[in-house]
Amino acid sequence: MADKIATREAYGKALAEFGAEYENLVVLDADLAAATKTGTFKKAFPDRFFDCGIAENNMIGVAVGLSLTGKIPFASSFAMFAAGRSFEQVRNSIGYPHCNVKIGATHAGITVGEDGATHQCCEDIALMRTIPGMTIINPADAVEARLAVKAAIEYNGPVYLRFGRMAVPVFNGDDYKFEIGKGVKLADGCDVSLIATGIEVEQALLARELLANEGISASVVNIHTIKPLDEELVISEAEKCGAIVTCEEHTVIGGLGAAVAECLSEKRPTPVKRVGVNDTFGRSGPAKELISYFGLDAASIAAKAKEAIALK
Amino acid sequence: METKRIEELQEIARRVRVGIIDAVYSASSGHPGGSLSIADLLTYLYFEKLNVDPKNPKWEDRDRLVLSKGHCAPGLYSVLAQKGFIPVEDLKTFRKTSSYLQGHPDMKHTPGVDMSSGSLGQGTSVSCGMALSAKISGKKNRVYAILGDGETEEGQVWEAAMFAAHYGLSNLCWIVDFNGLQIDGPIAEVMNPAPYEGKFTGFGWNVIDADAHDFNSLEAAFKAAEACTDKPRVIIQHSTKGKGVSYMENNVAWHGSAPNAEQYEVAMQDLGER
Repeated sequence: MADKIATREAYGKALAEFGAEYENLVVLDADLAAATKTGTFKKAFPDRFFDCGIAENNMIGVAVGLSLTGKIPFASSFAMFAAGRSFEQVRNSIGYPHCNVKIGATHAGITVGEDGATHQCCEDIALMRTIPGMTIINPADAVEARLAVKAAIEYNGPVYLRFGRMAVPVFNGDDYKFEIGKGVKLADGCDVSLIATGIEVEQALLARELLANEGISASVVNIHTIKPLDEELVISEAEKCGAIVTCEEHTVIGGLGAAVAECLSEKRPTPVKRVGVNDTFGRSGPAKELISYFGLDAASIAAKAKEAIALK
Repeated sequence: METKRIEELQEIARRVRVGIIDAVYSASSGHPGGSLSIADLLTYLYFEKLNVDPKNPKWEDRDRLVLSKGHCAPGLYSVLAQKGFIPVEDLKTFRKTSSYLQGHPDMKHTPGVDMSSGSLGQGTSVSCGMALSAKISGKKNRVYAILGDGETEEGQVWEAAMFAAHYGLSNLCWIVDFNGLQIDGPIAEVMNPAPYEGKFTGFGWNVIDADAHDFNSLEAAFKAAEACTDKPRVIIQHSTKGKGVSYMENNVAWHGSAPNAEQYEVAMQDLGER
Protein backbone atom coordinates (compact mmCIF):
# COMPACT_ATOMS: atom_id res chain seq x y z
CA MET A 1 0.00 0.00 0.00
CA ALA A 2 2.27 2.72 -1.24
CA ASP A 3 0.70 5.62 -3.11
CA LYS A 4 -2.56 7.21 -2.09
CA ILE A 5 -4.84 8.34 -4.89
CA ALA A 6 -8.49 9.39 -4.74
CA THR A 7 -10.75 7.30 -6.96
CA ARG A 8 -12.13 10.54 -8.47
CA GLU A 9 -8.58 11.32 -9.61
CA ALA A 10 -8.33 7.94 -11.31
CA TYR A 11 -11.77 8.52 -12.86
CA GLY A 12 -10.70 11.75 -14.55
CA LYS A 13 -7.48 10.19 -15.79
CA ALA A 14 -9.26 7.11 -17.09
CA LEU A 15 -11.73 9.23 -19.08
CA ALA A 16 -8.84 11.10 -20.69
CA GLU A 17 -6.99 7.84 -21.35
CA PHE A 18 -9.91 5.98 -22.91
CA GLY A 19 -11.14 9.06 -24.76
CA ALA A 20 -8.49 8.41 -27.38
CA GLU A 21 -9.64 4.87 -28.04
CA TYR A 22 -13.40 5.51 -27.83
CA GLU A 23 -14.24 8.38 -30.15
CA ASN A 24 -17.90 8.35 -29.14
CA LEU A 25 -17.03 8.99 -25.51
CA VAL A 26 -18.38 12.38 -24.38
CA VAL A 27 -18.29 13.87 -20.91
CA LEU A 28 -20.74 16.19 -19.20
CA ASP A 29 -20.33 18.02 -15.93
CA ALA A 30 -22.37 20.43 -13.86
CA ASP A 31 -19.82 23.09 -12.94
CA LEU A 32 -17.71 20.71 -10.88
CA ALA A 33 -15.12 19.59 -13.43
CA ALA A 34 -12.26 20.68 -11.17
CA ALA A 35 -13.63 18.60 -8.30
CA THR A 36 -14.99 15.55 -10.14
CA LYS A 37 -11.75 15.56 -12.18
CA THR A 38 -13.56 15.43 -15.51
CA GLY A 39 -11.45 18.52 -16.13
CA THR A 40 -8.66 16.08 -17.04
CA PHE A 41 -10.80 14.84 -19.94
CA LYS A 42 -11.78 18.40 -20.84
CA LYS A 43 -8.13 19.29 -21.25
CA ALA A 44 -7.48 16.30 -23.50
CA PHE A 45 -10.71 16.46 -25.52
CA PRO A 46 -12.22 19.94 -25.26
CA ASP A 47 -14.59 19.28 -28.19
CA ARG A 48 -16.15 16.31 -26.42
CA PHE A 49 -16.64 17.94 -23.03
CA PHE A 50 -19.82 19.86 -22.26
CA ASP A 51 -20.35 21.83 -19.14
CA CYS A 52 -24.04 21.96 -18.31
CA GLY A 53 -23.71 24.55 -15.58
CA ILE A 54 -25.35 24.08 -12.22
CA ALA A 55 -28.31 22.20 -13.64
CA GLU A 56 -27.93 18.48 -12.97
CA ASN A 57 -31.41 17.45 -14.01
CA ASN A 58 -30.91 18.89 -17.46
CA MET A 59 -27.47 17.27 -17.65
CA ILE A 60 -29.00 13.83 -17.13
CA GLY A 61 -31.48 14.42 -19.95
CA VAL A 62 -28.81 15.77 -22.28
CA ALA A 63 -26.77 12.63 -21.60
CA VAL A 64 -29.79 10.52 -22.55
CA GLY A 65 -30.21 12.39 -25.84
CA LEU A 66 -26.53 11.86 -26.61
CA SER A 67 -26.79 8.15 -25.79
CA LEU A 68 -29.79 7.74 -28.10
CA THR A 69 -27.76 9.10 -31.00
CA GLY A 70 -24.69 6.90 -30.73
CA LYS A 71 -22.56 8.62 -28.10
CA ILE A 72 -21.30 7.12 -24.85
CA PRO A 73 -21.91 9.90 -22.34
CA PHE A 74 -20.48 10.14 -18.84
CA ALA A 75 -22.48 12.61 -16.76
CA SER A 76 -20.64 13.80 -13.68
CA SER A 77 -21.47 15.58 -10.49
CA PHE A 78 -21.30 14.94 -6.78
CA ALA A 79 -23.21 11.82 -5.71
CA MET A 80 -25.57 14.03 -3.74
CA PHE A 81 -26.78 15.76 -6.90
CA ALA A 82 -26.34 13.02 -9.51
CA ALA A 83 -28.23 10.39 -7.53
CA GLY A 84 -30.08 12.59 -5.04
CA ARG A 85 -31.33 15.68 -6.81
CA SER A 86 -31.64 13.92 -10.15
CA PHE A 87 -33.07 10.64 -8.89
CA GLU A 88 -36.26 10.95 -10.90
CA GLN A 89 -34.44 11.97 -14.07
CA VAL A 90 -32.15 8.97 -13.65
CA ARG A 91 -35.12 6.72 -12.99
CA ASN A 92 -37.37 7.89 -15.81
CA SER A 93 -35.02 9.21 -18.48
CA ILE A 94 -32.10 6.76 -18.06
CA GLY A 95 -33.49 3.74 -16.23
CA TYR A 96 -36.89 3.18 -17.81
CA PRO A 97 -35.61 3.32 -21.43
CA HIS A 98 -32.39 1.55 -20.28
CA CYS A 99 -30.19 4.17 -21.92
CA ASN A 100 -26.46 3.74 -22.35
CA VAL A 101 -25.59 6.55 -19.93
CA LYS A 102 -22.79 6.38 -17.36
CA ILE A 103 -23.14 8.44 -14.22
CA GLY A 104 -19.80 9.37 -12.70
CA ALA A 105 -20.71 10.35 -9.16
CA THR A 106 -17.88 11.66 -7.03
CA HIS A 107 -17.67 12.92 -3.44
CA ALA A 108 -19.74 10.00 -2.20
CA GLY A 109 -20.06 9.31 1.51
CA ILE A 110 -18.83 11.08 4.60
CA THR A 111 -15.19 11.36 3.46
CA VAL A 112 -16.24 14.49 1.59
CA GLY A 113 -15.10 15.86 4.93
CA GLU A 114 -15.37 19.50 5.89
CA ASP A 115 -18.21 20.43 3.51
CA GLY A 116 -20.51 18.52 5.80
CA ALA A 117 -23.92 16.86 5.67
CA THR A 118 -25.49 18.66 2.69
CA HIS A 119 -22.75 17.31 0.45
CA GLN A 120 -22.11 13.92 2.08
CA CYS A 121 -24.30 11.55 0.14
CA CYS A 122 -24.83 8.30 2.01
CA GLU A 123 -28.02 7.32 0.21
CA ASP A 124 -26.97 7.01 -3.43
CA ILE A 125 -26.43 3.25 -3.52
CA ALA A 126 -29.83 2.68 -1.94
CA LEU A 127 -31.51 5.01 -4.43
CA MET A 128 -29.77 3.52 -7.46
CA ARG A 129 -30.44 -0.06 -6.35
CA THR A 130 -34.18 0.52 -6.69
CA ILE A 131 -33.90 1.29 -10.40
CA PRO A 132 -34.42 -1.83 -12.55
CA GLY A 133 -31.44 -2.58 -14.80
CA MET A 134 -29.06 -0.14 -13.11
CA THR A 135 -25.50 -1.37 -12.59
CA ILE A 136 -23.75 0.10 -9.53
CA ILE A 137 -19.97 0.07 -9.23
CA ASN A 138 -18.11 1.40 -6.19
CA PRO A 139 -14.36 1.10 -6.81
CA ALA A 140 -12.00 0.65 -3.88
CA ASP A 141 -8.79 2.09 -5.31
CA ALA A 142 -7.32 3.87 -8.32
CA VAL A 143 -6.53 0.69 -10.24
CA GLU A 144 -10.07 -0.57 -9.84
CA ALA A 145 -11.56 2.84 -10.68
CA ARG A 146 -9.67 2.95 -13.98
CA LEU A 147 -10.78 -0.55 -14.95
CA ALA A 148 -14.34 0.16 -13.86
CA VAL A 149 -14.47 3.14 -16.23
CA LYS A 150 -13.25 0.94 -19.08
CA ALA A 151 -15.76 -1.78 -18.25
CA ALA A 152 -18.57 0.80 -18.10
CA ILE A 153 -17.63 2.14 -21.53
CA GLU A 154 -17.70 -1.36 -22.97
CA TYR A 155 -20.95 -2.34 -21.27
CA ASN A 156 -24.15 -1.35 -23.06
CA GLY A 157 -26.58 0.03 -20.48
CA PRO A 158 -26.84 2.41 -17.55
CA VAL A 159 -24.03 2.37 -14.99
CA TYR A 160 -23.70 4.33 -11.77
CA LEU A 161 -20.04 4.74 -10.82
CA ARG A 162 -19.27 5.91 -7.29
CA PHE A 163 -16.02 7.69 -6.54
CA GLY A 164 -14.53 9.27 -3.45
CA ARG A 165 -12.86 12.59 -2.70
CA MET A 166 -10.29 11.31 -0.21
CA ALA A 167 -6.97 9.85 -1.34
CA VAL A 168 -6.86 6.11 -0.54
CA PRO A 169 -4.12 3.48 -0.80
CA VAL A 170 -3.70 1.56 -4.04
CA PHE A 171 -3.72 -2.12 -3.17
CA ASN A 172 -4.58 -3.70 -6.51
CA GLY A 173 -1.64 -4.53 -8.75
CA ASP A 174 -1.16 -3.89 -12.45
CA ASP A 175 -2.30 -7.42 -13.21
CA TYR A 176 -5.67 -6.88 -11.49
CA LYS A 177 -8.62 -8.15 -13.53
CA PHE A 178 -11.94 -6.40 -13.19
CA GLU A 179 -15.25 -7.86 -14.21
CA ILE A 180 -18.63 -6.18 -13.62
CA GLY A 181 -20.65 -8.21 -11.12
CA LYS A 182 -17.74 -10.38 -9.98
CA GLY A 183 -16.57 -9.86 -6.40
CA VAL A 184 -12.93 -10.30 -5.43
CA LYS A 185 -11.67 -12.40 -2.56
CA LEU A 186 -8.70 -10.55 -1.09
CA ALA A 187 -7.83 -12.69 1.91
CA ASP A 188 -8.85 -16.08 3.23
CA GLY A 189 -10.33 -16.71 6.65
CA CYS A 190 -12.74 -19.08 8.36
CA ASP A 191 -14.31 -17.39 11.42
CA VAL A 192 -15.98 -14.38 9.78
CA SER A 193 -16.16 -12.79 6.35
CA LEU A 194 -15.71 -9.05 5.96
CA ILE A 195 -17.60 -8.08 2.82
CA ALA A 196 -16.61 -4.54 1.93
CA THR A 197 -17.01 -2.00 -0.83
CA GLY A 198 -15.24 1.20 -1.86
CA ILE A 199 -12.92 2.81 0.65
CA GLU A 200 -14.12 0.40 3.32
CA VAL A 201 -12.12 -2.39 1.66
CA GLU A 202 -8.97 -0.81 3.10
CA GLN A 203 -10.55 -0.68 6.56
CA ALA A 204 -11.66 -4.30 6.26
CA LEU A 205 -8.11 -5.38 5.42
CA LEU A 206 -6.86 -3.49 8.49
CA ALA A 207 -9.60 -5.03 10.61
CA ARG A 208 -8.48 -8.46 9.47
CA GLU A 209 -5.06 -7.75 10.99
CA LEU A 210 -6.62 -6.57 14.27
CA LEU A 211 -8.71 -9.72 14.42
CA ALA A 212 -5.70 -11.92 13.62
CA ASN A 213 -3.95 -10.47 16.66
CA GLU A 214 -6.82 -11.87 18.72
CA GLY A 215 -6.67 -15.24 17.00
CA ILE A 216 -9.72 -14.62 14.80
CA SER A 217 -9.45 -15.62 11.18
CA ALA A 218 -11.28 -13.21 8.87
CA SER A 219 -11.92 -13.51 5.17
CA VAL A 220 -12.02 -10.24 3.18
CA VAL A 221 -14.06 -9.75 0.03
CA ASN A 222 -14.24 -6.69 -2.20
CA ILE A 223 -17.69 -6.22 -3.68
CA HIS A 224 -17.08 -3.47 -6.23
CA THR A 225 -20.33 -4.14 -8.05
CA ILE A 226 -23.25 -3.77 -5.67
CA LYS A 227 -25.78 -4.41 -8.41
CA PRO A 228 -25.85 -6.98 -9.81
CA LEU A 229 -24.54 -8.50 -6.58
CA ASP A 230 -22.16 -11.47 -6.79
CA GLU A 231 -24.56 -13.69 -4.85
CA GLU A 232 -22.53 -16.81 -5.52
CA LEU A 233 -19.52 -15.35 -3.71
CA VAL A 234 -21.62 -13.93 -0.87
CA ILE A 235 -23.29 -17.32 -0.31
CA SER A 236 -19.99 -19.17 -0.43
CA GLU A 237 -18.55 -16.79 2.19
CA ALA A 238 -21.58 -17.44 4.39
CA GLU A 239 -21.10 -21.18 4.01
CA LYS A 240 -17.39 -21.04 4.79
CA CYS A 241 -17.39 -18.54 7.65
CA GLY A 242 -20.92 -18.68 9.08
CA ALA A 243 -20.83 -14.99 10.01
CA ILE A 244 -20.71 -11.88 7.87
CA VAL A 245 -19.86 -8.23 8.42
CA THR A 246 -20.65 -5.81 5.62
CA CYS A 247 -18.63 -2.60 5.40
CA GLU A 248 -19.64 0.46 3.42
CA GLU A 249 -19.34 4.21 3.51
CA HIS A 250 -23.09 4.57 3.06
CA THR A 251 -26.21 4.33 5.16
CA VAL A 252 -26.87 0.81 6.45
CA ILE A 253 -30.31 1.19 4.87
CA GLY A 254 -30.52 -0.07 1.33
CA GLY A 255 -26.84 -0.37 0.47
CA LEU A 256 -24.35 -3.24 0.37
CA GLY A 257 -25.32 -4.44 3.85
CA ALA A 258 -28.96 -4.59 2.89
CA ALA A 259 -28.19 -6.31 -0.41
CA VAL A 260 -26.10 -8.98 1.34
CA ALA A 261 -28.66 -9.45 4.13
CA GLU A 262 -31.49 -9.76 1.62
CA CYS A 263 -29.57 -12.32 -0.38
CA LEU A 264 -28.55 -14.42 2.64
CA SER A 265 -31.87 -14.29 4.47
CA GLU A 266 -33.51 -15.83 1.42
CA LYS A 267 -30.77 -18.19 0.26
CA ARG A 268 -28.47 -19.04 3.15
CA PRO A 269 -29.61 -17.57 6.50
CA THR A 270 -26.45 -16.38 8.28
CA PRO A 271 -25.74 -13.78 11.00
CA VAL A 272 -24.99 -10.45 9.29
CA LYS A 273 -23.73 -7.31 11.02
CA ARG A 274 -23.64 -4.10 9.06
CA VAL A 275 -20.96 -1.45 9.35
CA GLY A 276 -22.12 1.79 7.77
CA VAL A 277 -23.64 5.14 8.54
CA ASN A 278 -26.34 4.40 11.09
CA ASP A 279 -29.40 6.26 9.84
CA THR A 280 -27.92 9.66 10.51
CA PHE A 281 -26.66 12.65 8.53
CA GLY A 282 -22.97 13.40 8.11
CA ARG A 283 -21.10 16.31 9.64
CA SER A 284 -18.10 18.53 8.98
CA GLY A 285 -14.63 17.34 9.91
CA PRO A 286 -11.45 15.94 8.43
CA ALA A 287 -12.31 12.84 6.39
CA LYS A 288 -10.08 10.51 8.39
CA GLU A 289 -11.56 11.61 11.70
CA LEU A 290 -15.05 11.12 10.32
CA ILE A 291 -14.29 7.51 9.42
CA SER A 292 -13.77 6.83 13.12
CA TYR A 293 -16.52 9.19 14.24
CA PHE A 294 -19.10 7.30 12.21
CA GLY A 295 -17.74 3.89 13.21
CA LEU A 296 -16.42 2.97 9.80
CA ASP A 297 -12.84 2.35 10.93
CA ALA A 298 -11.03 -0.94 11.27
CA ALA A 299 -11.58 -1.11 15.04
CA SER A 300 -15.35 -0.75 14.60
CA ILE A 301 -15.35 -3.45 11.93
CA ALA A 302 -13.37 -5.78 14.22
CA ALA A 303 -15.83 -5.17 17.05
CA LYS A 304 -18.78 -5.95 14.77
CA ALA A 305 -17.00 -9.07 13.58
CA LYS A 306 -16.92 -10.40 17.13
CA GLU A 307 -20.63 -9.60 17.53
CA ALA A 308 -21.37 -11.50 14.32
CA ILE A 309 -19.29 -14.49 15.45
CA ALA A 310 -21.16 -14.49 18.78
CA LEU A 311 -24.43 -14.92 16.88
CA LYS A 312 -23.27 -18.13 15.19
CA MET B 1 -49.82 25.43 -49.17
CA GLU B 2 -52.00 24.08 -51.97
CA THR B 3 -55.69 23.65 -51.15
CA LYS B 4 -55.57 20.00 -52.21
CA ARG B 5 -52.68 19.29 -49.85
CA ILE B 6 -54.41 21.10 -47.03
CA GLU B 7 -57.49 18.93 -47.58
CA GLU B 8 -55.34 15.81 -47.53
CA LEU B 9 -53.71 16.85 -44.27
CA GLN B 10 -57.10 17.72 -42.77
CA GLU B 11 -58.33 14.24 -43.63
CA ILE B 12 -55.27 12.63 -42.03
CA ALA B 13 -55.70 14.83 -38.95
CA ARG B 14 -59.35 13.79 -38.78
CA ARG B 15 -58.31 10.13 -38.78
CA VAL B 16 -55.67 10.88 -36.15
CA ARG B 17 -58.42 12.35 -33.97
CA VAL B 18 -60.64 9.31 -34.53
CA GLY B 19 -57.73 7.13 -33.42
CA ILE B 20 -57.24 9.23 -30.29
CA ILE B 21 -60.88 8.82 -29.29
CA ASP B 22 -60.86 5.10 -30.16
CA ALA B 23 -57.76 4.58 -28.00
CA VAL B 24 -59.01 6.54 -25.01
CA TYR B 25 -62.50 5.07 -25.24
CA SER B 26 -61.15 1.50 -25.45
CA ALA B 27 -58.90 2.09 -22.45
CA SER B 28 -61.59 3.93 -20.48
CA SER B 29 -58.80 6.30 -19.54
CA GLY B 30 -56.13 8.50 -21.04
CA HIS B 31 -55.67 12.11 -22.08
CA PRO B 32 -57.87 13.16 -24.99
CA GLY B 33 -57.84 16.97 -24.55
CA GLY B 34 -54.15 17.64 -25.12
CA SER B 35 -53.91 14.86 -27.71
CA LEU B 36 -56.62 16.52 -29.79
CA SER B 37 -54.96 19.92 -29.50
CA ILE B 38 -51.75 18.59 -31.09
CA ALA B 39 -53.44 16.37 -33.71
CA ASP B 40 -52.91 18.90 -36.51
CA LEU B 41 -49.34 19.59 -35.41
CA LEU B 42 -48.49 15.87 -35.32
CA THR B 43 -50.07 15.42 -38.73
CA TYR B 44 -48.08 18.32 -40.15
CA LEU B 45 -44.83 17.07 -38.61
CA TYR B 46 -45.17 13.44 -39.72
CA PHE B 47 -46.55 14.16 -43.19
CA GLU B 48 -44.69 17.33 -44.11
CA LYS B 49 -41.58 17.70 -41.99
CA LEU B 50 -40.05 14.66 -40.34
CA ASN B 51 -37.51 12.65 -42.29
CA VAL B 52 -38.45 9.23 -40.89
CA ASP B 53 -38.97 5.77 -42.34
CA PRO B 54 -41.77 3.57 -40.98
CA LYS B 55 -39.98 0.54 -42.44
CA ASN B 56 -36.80 1.42 -40.60
CA PRO B 57 -37.87 3.16 -37.39
CA LYS B 58 -34.35 3.02 -35.89
CA TRP B 59 -32.68 4.58 -38.95
CA GLU B 60 -29.72 6.39 -37.46
CA ASP B 61 -29.97 9.63 -39.43
CA ARG B 62 -33.71 10.17 -38.99
CA ASP B 63 -35.17 13.34 -37.58
CA ARG B 64 -36.14 12.94 -33.92
CA LEU B 65 -39.37 13.87 -32.19
CA VAL B 66 -39.66 13.87 -28.41
CA LEU B 67 -43.21 14.07 -27.12
CA SER B 68 -42.21 15.75 -23.90
CA LYS B 69 -45.86 16.06 -22.88
CA GLY B 70 -45.95 12.28 -22.87
CA HIS B 71 -49.49 12.02 -21.52
CA CYS B 72 -50.62 12.89 -25.05
CA ALA B 73 -49.45 9.44 -26.17
CA PRO B 74 -52.81 8.74 -27.87
CA GLY B 75 -52.02 11.54 -30.30
CA LEU B 76 -48.54 10.18 -31.00
CA TYR B 77 -49.71 6.57 -31.37
CA SER B 78 -52.53 7.62 -33.67
CA VAL B 79 -50.26 9.58 -36.02
CA LEU B 80 -47.69 6.75 -35.95
CA ALA B 81 -50.52 4.43 -37.01
CA GLN B 82 -51.50 6.76 -39.86
CA LYS B 83 -47.87 6.93 -40.95
CA GLY B 84 -47.56 3.12 -40.97
CA PHE B 85 -45.32 2.56 -37.95
CA ILE B 86 -47.96 0.54 -36.09
CA PRO B 87 -51.31 -1.01 -37.13
CA VAL B 88 -54.32 1.31 -36.68
CA GLU B 89 -56.28 -1.51 -34.99
CA ASP B 90 -53.65 -1.68 -32.22
CA LEU B 91 -54.83 1.72 -30.96
CA LYS B 92 -57.72 -0.12 -29.31
CA THR B 93 -55.23 -2.01 -27.12
CA PHE B 94 -54.00 1.26 -25.58
CA ARG B 95 -53.32 0.94 -21.84
CA LYS B 96 -54.24 -2.76 -21.78
CA THR B 97 -51.99 -5.03 -19.71
CA SER B 98 -50.93 -7.10 -22.71
CA SER B 99 -50.39 -4.15 -25.05
CA TYR B 100 -47.17 -2.43 -26.06
CA LEU B 101 -49.06 0.87 -26.16
CA GLN B 102 -48.32 2.10 -22.65
CA GLY B 103 -50.18 4.96 -20.98
CA HIS B 104 -47.14 7.11 -21.66
CA PRO B 105 -44.74 6.53 -24.58
CA ASP B 106 -42.31 3.59 -24.21
CA MET B 107 -39.52 3.77 -26.80
CA LYS B 108 -38.36 0.24 -26.03
CA HIS B 109 -41.49 -1.39 -27.36
CA THR B 110 -43.16 1.08 -29.73
CA PRO B 111 -41.77 1.56 -33.25
CA GLY B 112 -41.39 5.24 -34.06
CA VAL B 113 -41.19 6.47 -30.48
CA ASP B 114 -37.84 8.24 -30.11
CA MET B 115 -37.94 8.72 -26.34
CA SER B 116 -39.90 7.37 -23.40
CA SER B 117 -41.61 10.31 -21.79
CA GLY B 118 -44.31 11.24 -19.36
CA SER B 119 -42.54 12.88 -16.47
CA LEU B 120 -42.93 16.48 -17.54
CA GLY B 121 -39.91 18.58 -18.43
CA GLN B 122 -37.53 15.69 -19.00
CA GLY B 123 -38.04 15.40 -22.75
CA THR B 124 -36.77 18.93 -23.27
CA SER B 125 -33.30 18.02 -22.00
CA VAL B 126 -33.26 14.83 -24.04
CA SER B 127 -34.07 16.82 -27.17
CA CYS B 128 -31.11 19.08 -26.36
CA GLY B 129 -28.81 16.06 -26.10
CA MET B 130 -30.03 14.72 -29.44
CA ALA B 131 -29.53 18.11 -31.11
CA LEU B 132 -26.08 18.53 -29.57
CA SER B 133 -25.14 15.05 -30.77
CA ALA B 134 -26.19 15.83 -34.35
CA LYS B 135 -24.34 19.12 -34.25
CA ILE B 136 -21.03 17.72 -33.01
CA SER B 137 -21.27 14.81 -35.46
CA GLY B 138 -21.95 17.13 -38.40
CA LYS B 139 -25.27 15.44 -39.10
CA LYS B 140 -28.13 17.26 -40.80
CA ASN B 141 -31.05 15.67 -39.01
CA ARG B 142 -33.39 17.88 -37.01
CA VAL B 143 -34.77 17.47 -33.54
CA TYR B 144 -38.26 18.47 -32.42
CA ALA B 145 -39.91 18.38 -29.02
CA ILE B 146 -43.54 19.02 -28.18
CA LEU B 147 -44.18 20.60 -24.79
CA GLY B 148 -47.38 21.28 -22.94
CA ASP B 149 -48.00 24.83 -21.80
CA GLY B 150 -48.47 23.61 -18.24
CA GLU B 151 -45.23 21.66 -18.65
CA THR B 152 -43.29 24.89 -18.96
CA GLU B 153 -43.93 25.39 -15.25
CA GLU B 154 -41.25 22.72 -14.68
CA GLY B 155 -37.85 24.23 -13.89
CA GLN B 156 -36.04 21.65 -15.99
CA VAL B 157 -37.58 23.18 -19.13
CA TRP B 158 -35.70 26.39 -18.45
CA GLU B 159 -32.47 24.58 -17.61
CA ALA B 160 -32.78 22.95 -21.01
CA ALA B 161 -33.70 26.24 -22.69
CA MET B 162 -30.55 27.83 -21.26
CA PHE B 163 -28.46 24.88 -22.44
CA ALA B 164 -29.85 24.94 -26.00
CA ALA B 165 -29.09 28.63 -26.43
CA HIS B 166 -25.65 28.33 -24.83
CA TYR B 167 -24.64 25.61 -27.26
CA GLY B 168 -26.33 27.29 -30.24
CA LEU B 169 -28.59 24.36 -31.04
CA SER B 170 -30.13 25.78 -34.21
CA ASN B 171 -31.14 22.27 -35.30
CA LEU B 172 -33.57 22.14 -32.39
CA CYS B 173 -37.19 23.23 -32.53
CA TRP B 174 -39.65 23.04 -29.67
CA ILE B 175 -43.37 23.48 -30.07
CA VAL B 176 -45.32 24.64 -27.02
CA ASP B 177 -48.94 23.55 -27.20
CA PHE B 178 -50.55 26.66 -25.74
CA ASN B 179 -54.11 25.50 -25.10
CA GLY B 180 -54.36 27.43 -21.84
CA LEU B 181 -55.61 24.57 -19.66
CA GLN B 182 -53.92 22.26 -17.18
CA ILE B 183 -55.33 19.66 -14.79
CA ASP B 184 -56.23 22.05 -12.00
CA GLY B 185 -57.70 24.69 -14.31
CA PRO B 186 -56.67 27.53 -16.63
CA ILE B 187 -52.89 27.88 -16.56
CA ALA B 188 -53.32 31.63 -16.05
CA GLU B 189 -54.93 30.78 -12.71
CA VAL B 190 -52.88 27.75 -11.63
CA MET B 191 -49.36 29.08 -12.38
CA ASN B 192 -49.07 31.43 -15.27
CA PRO B 193 -46.04 30.78 -17.49
CA ALA B 194 -46.98 33.66 -19.85
CA PRO B 195 -45.65 35.69 -21.52
CA TYR B 196 -43.72 33.13 -23.56
CA GLU B 197 -42.31 35.65 -26.00
CA GLY B 198 -40.30 37.52 -23.38
CA LYS B 199 -39.24 34.40 -21.51
CA PHE B 200 -37.89 32.47 -24.50
CA THR B 201 -36.40 35.57 -26.12
CA GLY B 202 -34.67 36.32 -22.84
CA PHE B 203 -33.31 32.77 -22.82
CA GLY B 204 -31.83 33.31 -26.28
CA TRP B 205 -34.43 31.60 -28.42
CA ASN B 206 -36.20 32.62 -31.61
CA VAL B 207 -39.94 32.70 -30.83
CA ILE B 208 -42.62 32.18 -33.47
CA ASP B 209 -46.40 32.09 -33.04
CA ALA B 210 -48.76 29.82 -34.93
CA ASP B 211 -52.42 28.91 -35.15
CA ALA B 212 -52.37 25.22 -34.18
CA HIS B 213 -55.37 24.32 -36.31
CA ASP B 214 -54.43 26.06 -39.56
CA PHE B 215 -51.92 24.19 -41.74
CA ASN B 216 -50.95 27.37 -43.57
CA SER B 217 -50.08 28.98 -40.26
CA LEU B 218 -48.10 25.92 -39.14
CA GLU B 219 -46.28 25.90 -42.49
CA ALA B 220 -45.40 29.58 -42.15
CA ALA B 221 -44.19 29.05 -38.59
CA PHE B 222 -41.91 26.13 -39.49
CA LYS B 223 -40.56 28.08 -42.48
CA ALA B 224 -39.78 31.01 -40.21
CA ALA B 225 -38.14 28.59 -37.78
CA GLU B 226 -35.96 27.13 -40.52
CA ALA B 227 -34.93 30.60 -41.62
CA CYS B 228 -33.37 31.11 -38.20
CA THR B 229 -30.02 29.37 -38.28
CA ASP B 230 -28.16 30.77 -35.31
CA LYS B 231 -30.28 29.88 -32.29
CA PRO B 232 -32.83 27.35 -31.04
CA ARG B 233 -36.40 27.98 -32.16
CA VAL B 234 -39.70 27.64 -30.34
CA ILE B 235 -43.10 27.72 -31.95
CA ILE B 236 -45.90 28.76 -29.62
CA GLN B 237 -48.90 27.07 -31.16
CA HIS B 238 -52.16 28.60 -30.02
CA SER B 239 -54.52 25.68 -29.77
CA THR B 240 -57.90 24.58 -28.52
CA LYS B 241 -57.77 21.79 -25.98
CA GLY B 242 -60.08 18.99 -27.14
CA LYS B 243 -60.17 20.39 -30.69
CA GLY B 244 -62.62 18.56 -32.96
CA VAL B 245 -64.89 17.02 -30.34
CA SER B 246 -67.60 19.52 -29.49
CA TYR B 247 -68.05 18.86 -25.79
CA MET B 248 -64.32 18.46 -25.12
CA GLU B 249 -63.27 21.78 -26.62
CA ASN B 250 -61.89 24.21 -24.05
CA ASN B 251 -63.17 22.01 -21.25
CA VAL B 252 -60.53 21.15 -18.66
CA ALA B 253 -62.60 18.15 -17.52
CA TRP B 254 -61.35 16.34 -20.65
CA HIS B 255 -57.69 16.66 -19.81
CA GLY B 256 -57.53 13.13 -18.50
CA SER B 257 -60.84 11.36 -18.77
CA ALA B 258 -62.48 9.03 -21.27
CA PRO B 259 -65.88 9.34 -22.95
CA ASN B 260 -68.71 6.92 -22.13
CA ALA B 261 -70.56 5.04 -24.89
CA GLU B 262 -72.97 7.88 -25.54
CA GLN B 263 -70.23 10.49 -25.57
CA TYR B 264 -68.17 8.27 -27.84
CA GLU B 265 -70.98 8.31 -30.41
CA VAL B 266 -71.19 12.11 -30.26
CA ALA B 267 -67.40 12.31 -30.75
CA MET B 268 -67.59 10.04 -33.78
CA GLN B 269 -70.36 12.23 -35.23
CA ASP B 270 -68.28 15.35 -34.58
CA LEU B 271 -65.35 13.72 -36.36
CA GLY B 272 -67.44 12.73 -39.38
CA GLU B 273 -67.41 8.98 -38.73
CA ARG B 274 -71.18 8.66 -38.50
